[in-house]
Amino acid sequence: MAESENIVVATAEKIFADLADAQTINRDKNGAWKAPLWQALTEAGLPLSWVSEDCGGSGASLAEGFGVLGAAGRFAIAVPLAETMLAGWLLAQARISSPEAEMTVAPAGPKDRITLHADGSLSGRARGVPFAKAAKHIAVLASGSGGFSIALVDAVKVRIEAGLNLAGDDSDAVSFDHVQPVAIKPAPKGFDQTTLMLMGGVARSLQIAGAMESMLDISVRYSNERVAFEKKISKFQAVQHNLARLAGETAAAMTAASSAADTIANAASFDDAVFLEATAAKIRCAEAAEKGAAIAHQVHGAIGYTLEHILHRFTMRALAWRDDFGSESYWAVELGKRVAARGADELWPLVASR
Amino acid sequence: MTAALRFDPIRLPAECEVLRKEVRAFLAEEVARGTFDPHSPQGGDIDVPGFSKRVGERGWIGMTWPRKYGGHERSFLERYVVTEEMRVANAPTRRFFVADRQSGPVLLKYAPEHIKMDILPRICRGEVCFSIGMSEPNSGSDLFAAKTKATKTDGGYLINGTKIWTSAAHVANYMLAIFRTSPPTKENRRHGLTQFLVDMKTPGIKVNPIGQLTGKADFNEVVFTDAFVPDDHALGEIDGAWKQATSELAYERSGPERFLETYYVLTELVRALGEAPDTRGAEGIGRLVAQLHTMRRMSVSVAGMLHAGKEPVVEASIVKDIGTVWEQQLPQRVRDLAAFVEPDASNHEILDTVLPFAMKVAPKLTIQGGTTEVLRGIIARGLGLR
Repeated sequence: MAESENIVVATAEKIFADLADAQTINRDKNGAWKAPLWQALTEAGLPLSWVSEDCGGSGASLAEGFGVLGAAGRFAIAVPLAETMLAGWLLAQARISSPEAEMTVAPAGPKDRITLHADGSLSGRARGVPFAKAAKHIAVLASGSGGFSIALVDAVKVRIEAGLNLAGDDSDAVSFDHVQPVAIKPAPKGFDQTTLMLMGGVARSLQIAGAMESMLDISVRYSNERVAFEKKISKFQAVQHNLARLAGETAAAMTAASSAADTIANAASFDDAVFLEATAAKIRCAEAAEKGAAIAHQVHGAIGYTLEHILHRFTMRALAWRDDFGSESYWAVELGKRVAARGADELWPLVASR
Repeated sequence: MTAALRFDPIRLPAECEVLRKEVRAFLAEEVARGTFDPHSPQGGDIDVPGFSKRVGERGWIGMTWPRKYGGHERSFLERYVVTEEMRVANAPTRRFFVADRQSGPVLLKYAPEHIKMDILPRICRGEVCFSIGMSEPNSGSDLFAAKTKATKTDGGYLINGTKIWTSAAHVANYMLAIFRTSPPTKENRRHGLTQFLVDMKTPGIKVNPIGQLTGKADFNEVVFTDAFVPDDHALGEIDGAWKQATSELAYERSGPERFLETYYVLTELVRALGEAPDTRGAEGIGRLVAQLHTMRRMSVSVAGMLHAGKEPVVEASIVKDIGTVWEQQLPQRVRDLAAFVEPDASNHEILDTVLPFAMKVAPKLTIQGGTTEVLRGIIARGLGLR
């Protein structure tokens, strides 16, 4: 694994390497690895990376948090780290302090709406909310007559219909029926559901890119070990060229995701530049996941299709993460509409501005 | 990681954006005076000496080279901006582009001082055009199978043999070519080739244009019959050309010209689908723009790493592989997405004119300057597979 130069990211990598090794997790049928991992992450202050110290967090920079998410992707981490980070970030926008323990965010898709009633309660249904079942609290973005509000909701107050994503991780429907939040404050000016979706989408893009780095790594290693027709399969040109394409897709995902993260980390607001970078990242990373996962499986043959092999931990998560916070199809339509509205001759200036 | 790929999120510095404005203003002036048509993709291949000289006067050829050779000691990233703006505008850069990108840098590194002083300032003024003599009738991707001979004679070499697919040889003033000075050895089949500078006016050189499927004829067969090349025109180590080729390739492979060759059809698609495209059209545009943006960010990243003195050879090959496959598929994608435009509407007139040309250009994009297969071999080597 790539050694990170940043202390926060290096800490995360060390914890993942010690407590979330893919082989160990894959053999553990009871999920005994989860509690010690979460405890170590909490002790290191990582779930609340994006929450300032006076709001109960560790006050890491956006860039550091993004680095942690890339590392989480490389280990295909299946605890609500990204979700708690996003929840903490959302609450911090309204200066609401984050509680300890696991959180998630709702809505987790661009089409779902949570409504704020005049009495201060919340109603609505959010589908595909990652790790809702495991969360103690939910950070909610709700719209009311006065615009958007950000709320902290106790998870026992909502109804959860359990579901699973492609990788078998919790992805639940969460229903709010006149739920009174623990805390609620107006969202900052200009902060809307698109803002939350873009931030969530960049988090997922970084995780996908990380998972693809590992797919490439695992596939290259396997091809250098596996012997068929009396030679290592890495010596077959057809296999080499497939792996070269996997490297290309991995490179595209890494570039798109890190570029978007860098843009958000240095932006004053979620402007046109963030929109282009964040949507492009989600679209391109999702496309890369599709092509890349297929190649990684092709290289592995039947062994990669087994539950016993770790490959599925990376491929299925990369594919599952495409669906969260707006799929690539959704964002492609939104980006396409914006480009079209600007006009043909404004496309190049937009691309060149990044 | 077995494969430590790096694509740092490098941004073009502020001075590049000032320069970008200057280049755009200059190109707008050139369009206004009728030098070229920005809606004609063939512009890039048209030879307009006056344009080259004016680009030279602005200091945009040999931008990164030392001042003593006519260069401007500007950064590689500034050159990147000039290249991408000219490419997107379909500006006629053929006369100077190859010299600027690869021939000049080779001369800078390997030519004797008097040749550098003679030729480099003329490149910078936009006066000379270079061609690259690599492929032969039986040696394409397999460069080291080249047979054209340079036989030692008094004061120089006599060249005999044939180069082929040589772009711009019919208008070029010089060629940088590799010729065989010794047979390959048992231990090293790459041994025995030497790089030469050839003045195209030399007696014994015959250039025969080859018709291309686009209807144009801008690559050539170049036949050498006892053509004399003086000793001081041998560049670098005799028999050792194979050691010289690799380091420059990262520059050649990762530039904006490796994914913008058919860009104009995307602009025209957006024009043809109008301000409020349907879902299918919007999704198609959105995906293509996301892919283009990502390509460019990869390419800028490699440019930035080169600028910082790194050697991202594998990353550069990835840029060319993904970029050329993308620009090759783009006309087909655009055709799909434009399938339902209103036949009588006027906003797809330009698209109708340029799309057939883009379709015809597409097949060569994954062949020229290193085929997809060669690139994937290089990437595979970088991954530790061979």
